[in-house]
Amino acid sequence: MRTAQRTLGPAGRTPRDRKTCSDPDPDPAKTPALATDPRLLRDVALVCLADGVVGLSFGAVAVASGLPVWLPVLMSLLVFAGSAQFSAVGVFAAGGGPVAAAATGLLLNTRTAAFSLAVADALGRSWPARLVGAHLVTDETAAFVLARTDPAARRRAFWISGLGLFAAWNVSVLAGALAGSALGDTDRFGLDAAFPAVLLALVLPALRDSRGVRRAAAAGGAVAVLATPFLPAGVPVLLALTGLLLARRPA
Amino acid sequence: MNPQLVAVLALAAGTYAFRLAGPALHGRVELPARVQELLTTAATVLLVALLATGALMAGHEFAGWARPAGVLAGGVLAWRRAPFALVVVGAAAVTALLRLAGLP
Repeated sequence: MRTAQRTLGPAGRTPRDRKTCSDPDPDPAKTPALATDPRLLRDVALVCLADGVVGLSFGAVAVASGLPVWLPVLMSLLVFAGSAQFSAVGVFAAGGGPVAAAATGLLLNTRTAAFSLAVADALGRSWPARLVGAHLVTDETAAFVLARTDPAARRRAFWISGLGLFAAWNVSVLAGALAGSALGDTDRFGLDAAFPAVLLALVLPALRDSRGVRRAAAAGGAVAVLATPFLPAGVPVLLALTGLLLARRPA
Repeated sequence: MNPQLVAVLALAAGTYAFRLAGPALHGRVELPARVQELLTTAATVLLVALLATGALMAGHEFAGWARPAGVLAGGVLAWRRAPFALVVVGAAAVTALLRLAGLP
């Protein structure tokens, strides 16, 4: 069994959550399920809040660009992927056709295939769980799952973050669409820095633990940033996978 | 049918198909441990690429210094194992303050 390879944090700490370990945790195997992960609930709540702000601005931007209220709301329910939704609305606003809007969003969402492969074990075995869970695979849920190694903790992290984010995202998009452009410029509050910071905090355990992963991520990130000015949205992030070539070298 | 509705439905169907890849294959195909490990690393690389482009770029251009500075502040807080709330608030606050000071 190679689960040890997937261990993202130093040995001796609980596999459930390492990024905010300021106090020692009891052994997860000896404690009952839900009550043991107060940090998970707190972290999920915060990410929901951060995503809620993004959802508000998405709803507002979509309506301000001339779309009917139901469109961003329906899109959030059915697509449930922030960056793809923003890009599709951007294409509409720029006068692009439905093919361009769908293609841009799909290109951005190809990465969810990779995430779904990486977190498939966390959804559960039954087909209803797999079919419903598939819709909840996002950048954030993947990050929550990847920060944990214990199967039960991964499943818990997936469902709590997935359902929480789905609710927060859709409610906030609806609110934003109804509020329209009354919100003004949210960049003033620095909220555009919150989302990358959230992702950084979530991947930090994986980066801390393995030199190979660190090297691959640094190379991939650099490739993505350098390619962004020249390539259509979505492609640079996929190009980052070339960084994996550096991951297999002995750490 | 409304062309925008068609676009939303196509995007939704395609995205769901991408998302179904993992759960549909899981348990059917036994992936070698090396492949599993590579998938985990790939997911981390994708997340880092997302956060790096999200921190530095707006559209096809550099986002200005305020945002990456805020993200960096959040990263330092996270590295020092600060609570998650502080990471989020710290990042936003640094960016907001820098913008208030006139940095784009």
